Amino acid sequence: MSLLTAPDQRMQTNHNEVIRLENVTVRYRLPKEQVRTFKEYAIRRIRGRIEHSEFLALNNVSLNVERGEVFGLIGPNGAGKTTLLRLVARVMRPTLGRVVVIGRVAPLLAMGAGFHQELTGRENVFLNGAILGFSRHEMEEKFARIVDFAGLWDFIDAPLRTYSSGMQARLGFAVATDSAPDVLIVDEVLSVGDIAFQEKGLARIQQFRDLGTTILLVSHGMATIRKMCSRAAWLLHGEIRQIGKPEQVAGQYEKHMEVQAA
Amino acid sequence: MIKESPLTNTARTQVYDSARQGFAPLVEFKEIWRYRDLIFFLVRRDVTARYKRSVLGVAWTMLNPLGMMIVLTIVFSQLFHAVQSYPAFLLSGFIAWTFFAQSTQSAIQSLVWGGDFFRRIYVPRSIFALAAAGTGLVNLILSLVPLFIVMLATGITIRWTVLFLPIPMLFLTCFALAVGLLISTAGIYFPDVVEMYQVALLAWFYLTAILFPVEIVPEGYRFFVDYNPAYHLIQLFRQPIYEGMIPSWESILLAAGISIIPLLISFWLFVKKSDEFAYRT
Repeated sequence: MSLLTAPDQRMQTNHNEVIRLENVTVRYRLPKEQVRTFKEYAIRRIRGRIEHSEFLALNNVSLNVERGEVFGLIGPNGAGKTTLLRLVARVMRPTLGRVVVIGRVAPLLAMGAGFHQELTGRENVFLNGAILGFSRHEMEEKFARIVDFAGLWDFIDAPLRTYSSGMQARLGFAVATDSAPDVLIVDEVLSVGDIAFQEKGLARIQQFRDLGTTILLVSHGMATIRKMCSRAAWLLHGEIRQIGKPEQVAGQYEKHMEVQAA
Repeated sequence: MIKESPLTNTARTQVYDSARQGFAPLVEFKEIWRYRDLIFFLVRRDVTARYKRSVLGVAWTMLNPLGMMIVLTIVFSQLFHAVQSYPAFLLSGFIAWTFFAQSTQSAIQSLVWGGDFFRRIYVPRSIFALAAAGTGLVNLILSLVPLFIVMLATGITIRWTVLFLPIPMLFLTCFALAVGLLISTAGIYFPDVVEMYQVALLAWFYLTAILFPVEIVPEGYRFFVDYNPAYHLIQLFRQPIYEGMIPSWESILLAAGISIIPLLISFWLFVKKSDEFAYRT
């Protein structure tokens, strides 16, 4: 892979496409027994006894999401939802296949990432912003808006350890969502803060949607999926079981889960 | 209110394509540049958060080494009183070693045990090694103040040659990064390496001839010191302070070679394997 490859083999298809997964497979290799030292590894290697059980978190998944869609992901635990979000957030590369994401991604799973309890709220805002990829200059410009939204002016110069967990979540949410991203990744986070703040957060996400942000939403609440999404996919054992209108997908999924439970 | 339009203008839209990776070390380098402000904030966090709860606060970053130096000087000056201006000899080597040990350890710590963080958000991972080295450098520069205080107090003259110190600091940083990245890469596969490094570091400390002049090392063991890159790098740092002279061209070039080449190799290895960080732990 050289740098000299033609720069434009990207997205010849649909220019409204924001996220594309092409035959994506993620295979975690879990050693059957924990081999954690050199010596053990060397001995087993020589005897040819390193055995791995393979776990397919995603199996040949293809998916396209277009600009402005609110795309819901549903499925039981371990179905591959979080792995899919991680691929889009660029946290991991697929084992096989290709992931293309256009524009700035704001992963709400990274809300409050790198927060340090001994630092003040102000210092944490800048640190967290830098982790999200903003320059110091950009953060100076955003700072007042962030504190306004979080409603934390009175505490901003106090160490974070004096904050309640709700206050910390508010601050994290405010930093992560200050400017509208091209893609917003929401992983069941709207349960943060009090009811007033949850509504404020939801309003902000809706505002992003109106501005054209593409939203990828994971939720176990079918009501949220029905209310918010324009399309949904049901993941099961790393494969897409069904994709389509949220009403239908959520309905099928609920039926399936009832059968399972019965 | 949100002012920016989310529809980033197409001219500078970032495109992430997992299939189009490019030459990994160069890509990482560009990403480090893009996230350069993060280095500053991480260093500031590590320097200030450490003593936040103490009354004297950041002053400890100088008081701590000062106290340590006074103890070391009193203890070891008795042992090695044959060595001329021993405190300068001991302390110059000691702060350089402390820099090396601290920055490698904290780089390894954040890279190998930063698992949860790395699974939540993308940042170029090598930035944590750079931040660890940056914090180490801040501490090293601040420890020069107590060093000079101790030197003056024990009647040792400080020569203008100390102005040469940024050069050995640069090479020491390169070498610390090289070791930190290499051990971290190994640590992804074998966490035991991290524990082994703690022990190795202690042995390494004695083979670097920090506390004693190299002459007292028995001939049979001298080999280990001669082929120890850390020894040569620390000599380069020590000479301008202790001997008051600028090191020779040969030793400068040697130091450059034994720090920059390992850094290039281990950076390349680290970047090649760094995708594994999200898969493991």
